[in-house]
Amino acid sequence: MNEPVCEAHAVSKRFGGTLALDHVSLRLEAGEAHALVGENGAGKSTLIKVLTGVHRPDGGTIRHLGRPVSFSGPADAQDAGISTIYQEVELAPLLSVADNLFLGREPITRLGLLDRSRLRREATEVLARYGVAVDVRRPLGELGLGIRQMVAIARAVSARARLVIMDEPTSSLAPREVDRLADVIEVLREQGIAILYVTHKLDEVFRVCQRVSVLRDGRLVHTGPVRETSRIGLVAAMLGRPVAEVRRHGVTSFGEAHEVGRAAPVLRADSLVRAHALNGVSVEVRPGEVVGLAGLLGSGRSETARAVFGADPLDAGSVEVAGRARRRWNPAIAIRSGVCMVPEDRKAEGVVPGLSVRDNITLAALPRLTRGGLVSRRARDRIVGTFIRRLGIKVSSPDQKVGELSGGNQQKVLLARMLCLRPAVLILDEPTRGIDIGAKAEIQALIDELAREGLGVLLVAELEEIVEGADTVVVLRDGTAAGVLRGAEIGEQRIMELIAADVSDGSAGGRFDD
Amino acid sequence: MIAESGALRRLGSDPLRLALLAIRLGPVLILLLLVVIMSMLSPAFLTMLNLGNVLAQSAVIAVLAIGQLLVILTRGIDLSVGSTLALASVTGALVYSAAPSGPVVVLAMLATGMAVGAINGMGYVLGRLPHPFIITLATLSAARGLALWLSGGQPQQGMPEIVQAMGGGSAGWLPYSAFLVAAVALAVVLLTTRMVWGRWIYAVGGNPEGARRAAIPVDRVVISVYVLSGLAAGIAAIVTSGRLNAGSPTFGDLAELDSIAAVVIGGASFLGGRGGVGNALVGALMIGIIRNGMNLLDVDAFLQPIVIGVVIVMAVESDVVRGRLESRFRIARAARA
Repeated sequence: MNEPVCEAHAVSKRFGGTLALDHVSLRLEAGEAHALVGENGAGKSTLIKVLTGVHRPDGGTIRHLGRPVSFSGPADAQDAGISTIYQEVELAPLLSVADNLFLGREPITRLGLLDRSRLRREATEVLARYGVAVDVRRPLGELGLGIRQMVAIARAVSARARLVIMDEPTSSLAPREVDRLADVIEVLREQGIAILYVTHKLDEVFRVCQRVSVLRDGRLVHTGPVRETSRIGLVAAMLGRPVAEVRRHGVTSFGEAHEVGRAAPVLRADSLVRAHALNGVSVEVRPGEVVGLAGLLGSGRSETARAVFGADPLDAGSVEVAGRARRRWNPAIAIRSGVCMVPEDRKAEGVVPGLSVRDNITLAALPRLTRGGLVSRRARDRIVGTFIRRLGIKVSSPDQKVGELSGGNQQKVLLARMLCLRPAVLILDEPTRGIDIGAKAEIQALIDELAREGLGVLLVAELEEIVEGADTVVVLRDGTAAGVLRGAEIGEQRIMELIAADVSDGSAGGRFDD
Repeated sequence: MIAESGALRRLGSDPLRLALLAIRLGPVLILLLLVVIMSMLSPAFLTMLNLGNVLAQSAVIAVLAIGQLLVILTRGIDLSVGSTLALASVTGALVYSAAPSGPVVVLAMLATGMAVGAINGMGYVLGRLPHPFIITLATLSAARGLALWLSGGQPQQGMPEIVQAMGGGSAGWLPYSAFLVAAVALAVVLLTTRMVWGRWIYAVGGNPEGARRAAIPVDRVVISVYVLSGLAAGIAAIVTSGRLNAGSPTFGDLAELDSIAAVVIGGASFLGGRGGVGNALVGALMIGIIRNGMNLLDVDAFLQPIVIGVVIVMAVESDVVRGRLESRFRIARAARA
């Protein structure tokens, strides 16, 4: 075994009441690419932040190059040789490539002026080592994302990094650029640099990395050499399901399958394409049908939901509602034609916390409740009363501010807001995330009931909710539909198999023994 | 336009590229167009005497705009420069009456400007304010108030000779103030293109979080641009006080708006990280020529602010269009590659 470059031992981190990291140990060795995988909230980002000094661990130790360390911040960690390449921070897009490469440690002449010829020469040399040949005087922002990432990596390495942390480095790269990144990681490994590769793409784990660790709910649930790990085993570890015995617990409040029958789809989205996110996903929703979108984080679940609603522009694909093809498609048109969405992020995209429950519920329906430009109070109060009763929203009065409600009740307010538009299709993105168990069950039961009344539902949710709540499941992987399961075919095992299926050409990623 | 010479070389004949080039060079083209139109409309415009006037009238805006440019490059704004100018001029006049020495008065005016700038910068950074708008709005009010209080609301007559020369003197038709502007511009060009600190100003404006992670002293860079903007206000105070041989609490009224307008009209991005001294100078000259031209043509003075307003909207809109064209350009290039 090699000497570890950096080693976390029994690291814990608590935020308020939740334990984000629970005695996590990780050993990062020289010349090794170590994959770190896990679903949302598993603790990946917290672990990175602890390693780079953004957060202080509440327990445990971190040893770097053989010595116990306690970094005061990212700059401190960088000085010690730990560089992080973030997916979203792309340095200064308007500065030149060379300026970005040497930002913070620019060469200067004896007069104290910027040594521009040396800057240009050294930048060209450094990039050439990674097979990048560009005019380093060009602004970084003019270049493709792949090259920008190479610049970020070259920057990290030329700052004498011993450990390079890559946080979802390929999330916005084209396939060709991913190949190049894999080559560069090979070069880094030859230089004895340790790489912590955070990703949710299984193919890359098997192709790029030698070792893999899985985090779930803040705990390390698996760590070992990649060649001794199976794909299905990895998926099971991430989702927290035993591979062999996947049983139906009946832990959710969804009832039996709905009467869908042979009705024509009310919504049909065909071959949706959006660069770096969706690669030809098709979805159909019939009246009374709950269609679930399953897949790992980053597989395109939310992206599909948003695209169907028209919230993100499409590069290709078509949306058809009630048999009518739509050329122009955006949220306003979607809502008018009966397709409504309750977004994933309640706080940012949903409730207006300072407004009353009444105002929040009727926010979208208000134009329909007016007569001669004035809001009809009677019609409004009747609707608000109906939905508060029907959804069991716990409020002291309709005048209560939404910000004072619990997460579950806020979610019900959002549901009510969409339902009073009388939609034909309701898109729900993680409707039960972050709400307590009781409210979860109520919302699950409600989705069930609405479907029975003929509402088509497109549902993005956790695996168990999809398995028990959906009549049809579209399994997504890397922005494509890996398979569609109906009725009795739906089961955790089948879904995990589809997620884990090896689609690469076999030469690079075929090392699994299941 | 120093920053554009490289762009010129690289841009070819593609229609998208031409559109982009036109927008990037837009402010310069508009400035040239203004000169051509004015010289056709008024024979008095293209005389040495009048051009000297234009330069003298633009000098104060130009100096303020160069300081404002540095602030805007970091995504900030300095609303206090007009009031700072007034305070510095009053301070200068009071110092002159107590100690009639040219260098002492000049230093007092510059120091006053830098002090107000330091208050802006440190108040913003150390107070962890979400945006510099409020702190510079506060000093806009307070500095003007202090100037009124110190002067009793009255202009204070008398300035040393060196100040009078800077504001009103000339070498032939070329006013000394034009040389002063040139010197300030040269110094800031050096700062922004040849010095590490200057590159950091762009990095902070282009991506504050990225700059922080590159171990750049972001806080000190931000404070420094406000101090430099204050210094520019002090220099502008010398020009104004010298021309009128007085320090007055009413000087520089609304000059902060002129300086911001000049930076934006000149083609620097209001969103930070983009633009150079050339942009500030072009913008200041455009405002100067519009005012001078309308005077020559006997247009009602009340119409001038309307024209400036229209130009500002056009400039900001072209910044937006430029951003959109550039991203289309990038996509097109990526598709070809």
